[in-house]
Amino acid sequence: MSLPDPTAASSSHRFISNAGEDIREMLATIGVDSIDRLFDTIPDDVKLDELLDIPGPWSEVESRRWFRALAARNVTSADHASFLGAGAYAHYQPAMIDQLLLRAEFLTAYTPYQPEVSQGTLQSIFEYQTHQCLLTGLDVANASLYDGSTALCEAVLLAERVAKGKKKVVIAKSVHPHYLQTVRTYIQNLGLEIVEVGWGADGGIDLDALRAVSADAFAVAIQSPNFLGVVEDYDAVAQAAGSATKISVVAEATSFGLLATPGQHGFDICVGEGQAWGIPTQFGGPYVGFMVVRDALKRHMPGRLVGETVDVDGKRAYVLTLATREQHIRRGKATSNICTNEALIALAANMYLSLMGKYGLREVAEQSARKAAYLRAKLKDIQSVELPFAGPIYNEFVVRTPFAAADILKDLEHEKILGGIPLGDFFAGHERDFLVAVTELHTREQLDHYAAVLSAAISRERR
Amino acid sequence: MTATLDPTETNKDVAQKSATEPLIFERSKQGRRGYQLPALDVPEVSLDEILPANLRRDEITDEVEVSEVDVIRHFTRLSKLNVSIDAGLYPLGSCTMKHNPRINEEIARTPGFAHSHPLQPEHQVQGNLELLWWLEQTLKEIFGLPRVTLQPVAGAHGELTGILMVHKALAKGGNPRKYILIPDSAHGTNPASAAFAGYEIRELKSNNRGTVDLAALQEAVTEDVAALMITVPNTLGVFESEIRAMADILHAKGAYLYCDGANLNSFVGVARPGDMGIDVIHSNLHKTFSTPHGGGGPGAGPVGVSESLIPYLPTPTIERREDGTFYADFSHPDSIGRMRAFHGNFNVLVRALSYMRAMGPSGLRRIAQLAVLNANYIRARLKGHYHLPYDAPTLHEVVFSDKNQTPKDVHTLDIAKRLMDYGFHPPTIYFPLIVSGALMIEPTESEPKEELDAFCEAMIAIARESQERPELVRSAPHTTPVRRLDEARAARQPVLRWKK
Repeated sequence: MSLPDPTAASSSHRFISNAGEDIREMLATIGVDSIDRLFDTIPDDVKLDELLDIPGPWSEVESRRWFRALAARNVTSADHASFLGAGAYAHYQPAMIDQLLLRAEFLTAYTPYQPEVSQGTLQSIFEYQTHQCLLTGLDVANASLYDGSTALCEAVLLAERVAKGKKKVVIAKSVHPHYLQTVRTYIQNLGLEIVEVGWGADGGIDLDALRAVSADAFAVAIQSPNFLGVVEDYDAVAQAAGSATKISVVAEATSFGLLATPGQHGFDICVGEGQAWGIPTQFGGPYVGFMVVRDALKRHMPGRLVGETVDVDGKRAYVLTLATREQHIRRGKATSNICTNEALIALAANMYLSLMGKYGLREVAEQSARKAAYLRAKLKDIQSVELPFAGPIYNEFVVRTPFAAADILKDLEHEKILGGIPLGDFFAGHERDFLVAVTELHTREQLDHYAAVLSAAISRERR
Repeated sequence: MTATLDPTETNKDVAQKSATEPLIFERSKQGRRGYQLPALDVPEVSLDEILPANLRRDEITDEVEVSEVDVIRHFTRLSKLNVSIDAGLYPLGSCTMKHNPRINEEIARTPGFAHSHPLQPEHQVQGNLELLWWLEQTLKEIFGLPRVTLQPVAGAHGELTGILMVHKALAKGGNPRKYILIPDSAHGTNPASAAFAGYEIRELKSNNRGTVDLAALQEAVTEDVAALMITVPNTLGVFESEIRAMADILHAKGAYLYCDGANLNSFVGVARPGDMGIDVIHSNLHKTFSTPHGGGGPGAGPVGVSESLIPYLPTPTIERREDGTFYADFSHPDSIGRMRAFHGNFNVLVRALSYMRAMGPSGLRRIAQLAVLNANYIRARLKGHYHLPYDAPTLHEVVFSDKNQTPKDVHTLDIAKRLMDYGFHPPTIYFPLIVSGALMIEPTESEPKEELDAFCEAMIAIARESQERPELVRSAPHTTPVRRLDEARAARQPVLRWKK
């Protein structure tokens, strides 16, 4: 037996307050002679008789050393010029946000179940919900979902509940492939059928194909800008989708600053990924999924909603509401199983949207779009570079060279450029294609350099 | 915002008035700016050349115009309307509100982690992949199970992942079955997750100890039952001492034992789920492993599985090659698929591993020991003052009821609100559902004895007030920025956004 005595001074740990004499006093109050006795209900044959075999305990000094060494083995946009997007974008991050996120009152509070002591979190969610409505042109937003992929799952499930009976959902093949894969996982036992609709020559959804399969679908989901970077024409899609519930997926949330809103162009639900609102790419999470719907759908909404009310003194105040949709009340018949969401990231998004405001959101979007257009035009001029999709773009587009994308991108990496994401990783037959994303953070010098390095890489591959 | 001081107002009135904050939209004034970007350095071509007008929007009507000063004041003032674990005991049962070490925050912000992109090729992100691999190794040892997926981003997301795996495994054997058994003391997410995984729910009545009755279980486990979902220890804090026998009953019928690991904090390092016969468990890293709750998230809900469920894990898994390099492996033909885009809540996982390293094997065990000691200390001190509906020994939490107070028309909600006046966040209330007027208290290992004593004294004072001045308790709280919200109005006439 190599188990330490919990009352020994050597057993103390800096994160755990009680030790030595306090422990003995508390045991006396309880009326047992050792902490072990408190675990008598756990049968001996499942109790460990030794400590776990894991490293530690480490001081902060040791932790810093080890984790920093690991982090140093990554290549990132911190030391390379990055043109990576595909659902995770490096935009300007105002310094204030992370400083405020570290305020303990936000960081270390729980879900705001007790409104009297949680008005800070509740009011922020109410503001966040309002921003979502203004950006999407829809009526009711929830407090957050996990991310863009699971938000799409929830939207599909919501539409199915409303449709009652129909079992077919149409999803554009140009929705982020991870999102589509996640939907397949979610619905695998629910008796639903997914019909994929491909893209046309310009990279936008194939409207004829969409029209042909929409009639008996309960929902149609498209992404705009889509995974190829092409901005869809909401009006045309809505028309082709007929009476199905129309779901718009937005994986690049700064695009709301410039693009036509789904709400004003015939869509019923907008879901997506809020990471682009100044959240670090951080290897994929935590991010923040959003969902905004038409008013008629609000009682079918998954997740938490914050509403305005008054307190007993008539003062305006905010509270979690319409909770009878949720798992802690409705249990097996809830609109979703979600409980923990992405509250802190939604708070960061609220801060970002507030700081940038009406004109900042527009400027981020315009600069991103203009710089992407500039680079796209430059690349088009390079001999043997093709832009396979001619449709309108926001800040991301597909580039094709005569060579394997992975090889070209390796060449760019040698010049400290993370040049894009190989499309062949997602779609067979696209091994020479890669996705390039541009944001307001790129300088003209970087864009010119990218074009020069790509041109040189192609020449080198040719030799 | 600027409170005019009226001599007839009490300090409390002034404090309450200053503790409200307008909406950010109400602070908006034309011409204010909170941002600056570098001037555009590429030629400013007409927008029409970039995007046709019908694909563009007009200005974002009603979005805010505020300065950086406005924004920092706004959010700082909002923050002051919250209570938090850094300010004191936050004894929400089932939530494990423990100290959130700041070293975890610092490490998560290391640029190499924070600015890595989820779709970078593996040779560029070896540090991240190795970190994920180590976290899996650590959780495997903690769970006593052979594999763990790190993809789920919350407890409920882990539940769905686990039950989908059970479904797939059974379907592979020819019959996915129809029912999931769930005790009536369970978290609401359990039945919701099981339903979304394609199952019907059968509720198991708890016995008079608040635990699962072995004979009732034996009877309930038919050939149609896919799994039992239980919380260990359960939501009363009671350990299911017959867990091995329960596992045997299920396994004999080809069914699985799912463990909701929300309460892992009570036995981490003391016993391992895998040794108990548990086939699947999720752990809420934002509970046991200290990643901050952030006002409701983000979290992470990794899922450990027994040997027979490994083929069904979500893809990708993170693997190590013989040469010591790491990669994401998609070659699992029977996988349930992907549970989320990318690699889950990576930067929550970073924080959790940082915590595990800081605790080490001795520290993890000490978590359970002190969490259980602290909860039992509260139980011992409050037992004479509050009704204890189930007398069975408890681990890391204790559930009282308002039965002693209801004769004076004082109820659990009143007690919870009155606690705020004493400076404490209330416990979880009206849960578990099998206890009428439940007060579910979980102090965690973080709390010093003085804090526990102050809490107990507040609870005892409230018990006394409930007898002597029940109106004072019924009308609480008296000191918070707002008091007793009209929740019925919020639901009946929902106002879910600001409008000009």
